[in-house]
Amino acid sequence: MVEYPGKKDLIAAEGFSVFYGSNEAVKKVTLEIPEGLVTSIIGPSGCGKSTFLRAVNRMNDLIPRCRTEGALRLDGQDLNAQGVDVVMLRKSVGMVFQKPNPFPKSIFDNIAFGPRIHGVRDRSKLAVIVEKSLTQAALWDEVKDRLGDNALGLSGGQQQRLCIARAIAVKPSVLLMDEPASALDPASTSRIEDLIAELRGKYTILIVTHNMQQAARVSDLTAFFYEGNLIEFGETGGIFTKPREKRTEDYITGRFG
Amino acid sequence: MEMALHIRREIEHLKKDILSVGTVVEESLFKAVKSLETRDAALAREVIDSDEVIDHMEVELEEECLKALALHQPVAIDLRLIITIMKINNDLERVGDLSVNIAERALFLSQNGKAKDLLNFSQMAEKTRKMLGKSLDALVNENTALAYEVIQADSEVDRMNREIFLQVHEMIKADPGNVESLIHLLSVSRHMERVADHATNIAEDVIYMIEGEIVRHKAENFRSPDEQL
Repeated sequence: MVEYPGKKDLIAAEGFSVFYGSNEAVKKVTLEIPEGLVTSIIGPSGCGKSTFLRAVNRMNDLIPRCRTEGALRLDGQDLNAQGVDVVMLRKSVGMVFQKPNPFPKSIFDNIAFGPRIHGVRDRSKLAVIVEKSLTQAALWDEVKDRLGDNALGLSGGQQQRLCIARAIAVKPSVLLMDEPASALDPASTSRIEDLIAELRGKYTILIVTHNMQQAARVSDLTAFFYEGNLIEFGETGGIFTKPREKRTEDYITGRFG
Repeated sequence: MEMALHIRREIEHLKKDILSVGTVVEESLFKAVKSLETRDAALAREVIDSDEVIDHMEVELEEECLKALALHQPVAIDLRLIITIMKINNDLERVGDLSVNIAERALFLSQNGKAKDLLNFSQMAEKTRKMLGKSLDALVNENTALAYEVIQADSEVDRMNREIFLQVHEMIKADPGNVESLIHLLSVSRHMERVADHATNIAEDVIYMIEGEIVRHKAENFRSPDEQL
């Protein structure tokens, strides 16, 4: 297992499985993800990486006949235990999807949406949150003079940064990113990657990507999933120069997948 | 289901190229040694002239490697292989230069009858050439056992180099009139010892390529302390 001195494990899976009906999409995975680092999950389509990611904020609840076994803990709390407040969970575990999905509202209202749900009503307080979130998401300078404009008028890359700003507006501890740059052009992709580097340390970031070079560039740790199993988990530098497992090597060098 | 055919093809291409460089350099070393042993000025000149070819091949292969890195962004074994080829390419080019150095000494000695048979290099030359050949075989066959044999043989060549140093030292004392020829011969010994060092570097890089483990400097462990000059 990966030891990061001084970093506590924020997310811990222990014999954790996810089933879609009788199909075991994630198979008894055990791994510990340290706080404040960027961890990427790689693997071929259907390997269970997105299913695992979605389990962290219980997005799989929306899928009929989906159930879990084993434990998945956030800061020691079993996420699938009875009585877990999913709304509160999703406040502390934000998510960004493959395609930017801003609400058809103003830029300001997109960011203020979450804080409002969680009870912030004061306009000046909201304005502070909006500015701070957009600044952290490296979007403020581009939109500060048009906060009232519809968010759908932004470019794809800007929309994705808006979604990241929206996710961090409710002060989550974890950010989940499912292929956050795969629908973006190279310049926007590199802005997202720069942004991930900026957010590193402030949030625990879990990113699923098909782009292995992106995993290599942005993450501290890399987990390789194959057919629902966690094959290898380790420091990204080690995985991409000298993987321990043959299957990891075959995958990252493009010999299968 | 074979993916990434492009990089597979590219790597096969680079492997073939490094072997071509290796073959040309081995031949150059062989001729340099022969020109020394036979005091063959024409053969020595041939070695000196052919260095341009090696230099050209080296630059071309390095550019191919850089292109492969930039275009395919290889990882794991593919990355280690290309980096290893780049490093070996460098070592081989240096062996080419050393062959030229040996040939230049041969050229001088061919014009100086007095130096004939002063020192016998055949054993050292044979050992050194074998090391280089073996290091290239280790690369081709991805054979770490062969690579370790090369690393171990290096101390033997070092020992021969020291012996020649001592012999030259004695000979200069005994007959100062031969000093110029003897200094040239001492250089030859030094060049051969350097060739053996490059063969050792190649062997170490082959081990890195296969095992992902950098054994350089650890190789010191193979030598006993009394072997250090």
